[in-house]
Amino acid sequence: MGRKEENIKKAKELRYIPEKIRNIGVVAHIDHGKTTFSDNLLAGAGMISEELAGEQLVLDYDEQEQARGITINSAAASMVHQWDGSEYLINLIDTPGHVDFGGDVTRAMRAVDGAIVVVCASEGVMPQTETVLRQALRERVKPVLLINKVDRLINELQLDAQEMQQRFVKIITEVNRLIKKMAPEEHREDWLVKPENGSVAFGSALHNWAISVPYMKKTGITFKDIYEYCKNDDQRALAKKAPIHEVTLNMVIEHLPNPKESQKYRIPNIWRGELDSKIGKAMTECDPKGPLALMVTKIIIDPHAGEITFGRVFSGTLKEGQEVQVVGMTKPSRIQQVAVMVGDDRITVEDVPAGNIAAISGLRDAYAGATVTTEPDMESFESIRHISEPVVTVRVEAKRPADLPKLVKVLRDVNKADPSIQVSINQETGEYLMSGMGELHLEVTEYRIKNEYKVDIITSEPTVIYRETVKQKSPKFEGKSPNKHNYLYVEAEPLEESVKKALLEGELPQNVKKHKKEIAKKLEELGMSKEEAKGVFAIVGTNILTDVTKGIQHLFESKELLKQAFEEVCATGPKAAEPLQGVKIRLVDAKFHEDAIHRGPAQLIPAMRNAIYGALTLAKPILLEPMQKVFISVPHELMGSVTREMSQRRGTILDIKNEGDMSIINAKAPVAEMFGFASAIRSATGGRVLWSTENMGFEVLPEFLQDEITRKIRERKGLKPEPYPADYYAG
Amino acid sequence: MLSFVGLGLWDERDITVKGLEEVRNCDVAYAEFYTSKMGVGIERIEELAGKKIHVLSREEVEDGERILHEAEKKHVCLLAGGDTMAATTHVDLRIRAVERGIPTRVVHGVSIVSAAAGLLGLQVYKFGKVVSIARPQPNFFPLSPYDAIRDNMTMGLHSLLLLDTTGGYMTANEALELLLEMEERKRENLIGEDTPIAVVARISSDDALARAGCLGELRKQDFGSTPHSVVLFGKLHFMEVRALVTLAHAQEKIFKK
Repeated sequence: MGRKEENIKKAKELRYIPEKIRNIGVVAHIDHGKTTFSDNLLAGAGMISEELAGEQLVLDYDEQEQARGITINSAAASMVHQWDGSEYLINLIDTPGHVDFGGDVTRAMRAVDGAIVVVCASEGVMPQTETVLRQALRERVKPVLLINKVDRLINELQLDAQEMQQRFVKIITEVNRLIKKMAPEEHREDWLVKPENGSVAFGSALHNWAISVPYMKKTGITFKDIYEYCKNDDQRALAKKAPIHEVTLNMVIEHLPNPKESQKYRIPNIWRGELDSKIGKAMTECDPKGPLALMVTKIIIDPHAGEITFGRVFSGTLKEGQEVQVVGMTKPSRIQQVAVMVGDDRITVEDVPAGNIAAISGLRDAYAGATVTTEPDMESFESIRHISEPVVTVRVEAKRPADLPKLVKVLRDVNKADPSIQVSINQETGEYLMSGMGELHLEVTEYRIKNEYKVDIITSEPTVIYRETVKQKSPKFEGKSPNKHNYLYVEAEPLEESVKKALLEGELPQNVKKHKKEIAKKLEELGMSKEEAKGVFAIVGTNILTDVTKGIQHLFESKELLKQAFEEVCATGPKAAEPLQGVKIRLVDAKFHEDAIHRGPAQLIPAMRNAIYGALTLAKPILLEPMQKVFISVPHELMGSVTREMSQRRGTILDIKNEGDMSIINAKAPVAEMFGFASAIRSATGGRVLWSTENMGFEVLPEFLQDEITRKIRERKGLKPEPYPADYYAG
Repeated sequence: MLSFVGLGLWDERDITVKGLEEVRNCDVAYAEFYTSKMGVGIERIEELAGKKIHVLSREEVEDGERILHEAEKKHVCLLAGGDTMAATTHVDLRIRAVERGIPTRVVHGVSIVSAAAGLLGLQVYKFGKVVSIARPQPNFFPLSPYDAIRDNMTMGLHSLLLLDTTGGYMTANEALELLLEMEERKRENLIGEDTPIAVVARISSDDALARAGCLGELRKQDFGSTPHSVVLFGKLHFMEVRALVTLAHAQEKIFKK
């Protein structure tokens, strides 16, 4: 039996012992060496050849990722590691490094209990390090730290041992500052990383070695030795003495929690159901005998096996042939096959118990983020929210018209696999629109549609998705039903900043019906009046609909219809038919016809729609545009070209730092102006530039552009160039 | 001039003589059938009146502008099933006409409200709120009919249930299933298999039908073609019991609980 086969056998046995399992992720800023590191873990565990590791990039699942040199998918792998006399099963989920794919990172974080934060020793903590660390901490994922590319400090930057240590201290202090700031309160102290207890490792993923204080004590290796090995170009020998997988997996096993420990405190935070219920208890206890609860983290299309669904089993045991319910779907589904992952091999097993990561085939209803269960009424895992909502859209056409039906199906599958890609149809023009987190995100998706799904498509130039909000409080507006027997009175106003922020951060459940009390309490704490907080009956994105009327007959049975109208308006605002953001709609009065037939959907939905549109129009609607943070690192002498490029793009330089001979520029700019930035900045700097962007939400579009952009959007959508006046909605 | 003419309940012969004259003498005749439907087609009425009758859509009637505009200069007749002023839309139209200085006239027709009571031998004094049973739609399953029936019953009053016509006539059977569904949701023990009820069908036609019995029994019966209506009872007077037994085939024992 080869080493790999042996490991597969052990992995199969260990999956039944939660105390011996660690589910971990690796998070890092782009290019900090995360994928190389992940592969070396696999190589060390005998999953791929050691020689190939660092080159093969097993976890870079897509060919395309290898070509682009960035990680897009989070594939999963499990491996076996021996520590302190017994064997452990490590389930590793690789996460994308590019923040355009933030949705994938958050989902991956939900599946794991601990994370190795990889930070490049020479670059230090970067903005995306902060972003991914925040995502991890918000999901109650405990971090440990790997300082990578240590050899570069010695060989390239020529630091001496003392300078090197100062560097380390700086990075550790910075990481701990972030942990203190962002960790859940009860873990602010005990989750801090400390070299002396072994929760920090130092190494070189590329050269396959790492070291930690406990490992130094055990083996007698010192920092000085490391220095020598690197200096003398003998890192190969160092890798034999202190293999990276050995050191980091020791750290993982010792410092990161097993599923049994972690689910106790994670479940109350990532799941909003009744903790005392059967399923709640089973999950908190990680009980393999309880009802099944699984959260889908990723869906990939395998050329041979078709759709493969990855997910974390939180309770119960996933079995071949089992009938399960994807929450929200009407019919149950049947599991065809279950497997655990080893590198790019799926090893089929008969069952996968609680605490593990599973790969499932034949679960057609699943989508990334879905909850899969055997309990018919299970509360789903909170829809994972990320601040980064889609901001860019392209029109998609099939090159051959005969491919259209296929394209429709493919677009649906793409959305299932990556819910941050949204697909819609322009009702006026019949065009298919695909929206995503950025230019690159859409390019990558386009590539996938062409190369994986094999549909040749043409896409338009990207356009930006704006948002609409209101500037002031409107007077009461009356909306009438078409039969004029029902009047609804509505006011619109900007939502409290504190509430908006909480909604963006996903701090409130969106299912108002189920969590009415909890929501009311939280909203009141955030500064909303008691009356409004109690009356909230719909939350859509960052918009709230509240009922502040008293004792109106027939309102109760009409609320779902009013909510439906509100949802419609939230998707297409009055100004440019763009989504609403940060708006509060107050229902202040209503007059209904006595007879139910006279106040059905055909009457109340238009009445409410008109009332809301009218009120919004009177509340001074304005456009918001998506903004990006831009981080650029260039040699000093090229600073001028960079600032020139940024100022042409309505950019603002926020901060400039000098590190060695490099300038690190921290700027922000509208997404609309950033199209084509990649080639522009490359030619402006002769390619001597490193840069990255991150979506940072929306800001008010400058006054001088409001009318022009509004007209442009409306014309593109086939609407009359000017928005309607309020009278138009008075009917 | 705007005249509202009720067509009554079943066929072209249900219009009153006065109503027929009104249609024959007017300049333009419109009809709408979304507030109430008839058992026969518009052609039969056209033939009888000797005049083209334009059927208006719901939107056109609700908007009303076309009718009002024409009525400013001509004599316009708006025909509708039953007694036209039972529909709020028509009252709205009449108010708007008067506000614009257009003279109006109302020619009544037979209404289901009195006819259903009459056919069953129930006393009109003893009816409470009339209740429409709407066909459920996504996000719309009104329970207010249940509340209205409860309020009527509490006061010892009967409830006449008018059945939805959008998406095809609702049968009494469909309505009874909906009542049971409402009971399931509200659980106030108001309506069950042994609740005595009555069903009327095709009122004013030659094969008009009136049946009284327990809900559980009637919901399985076929009452023939639509329109149907349903009545739930409040406190019954002995004359009413006699009428239900004699005229609507009820078994007397069902009222003795």
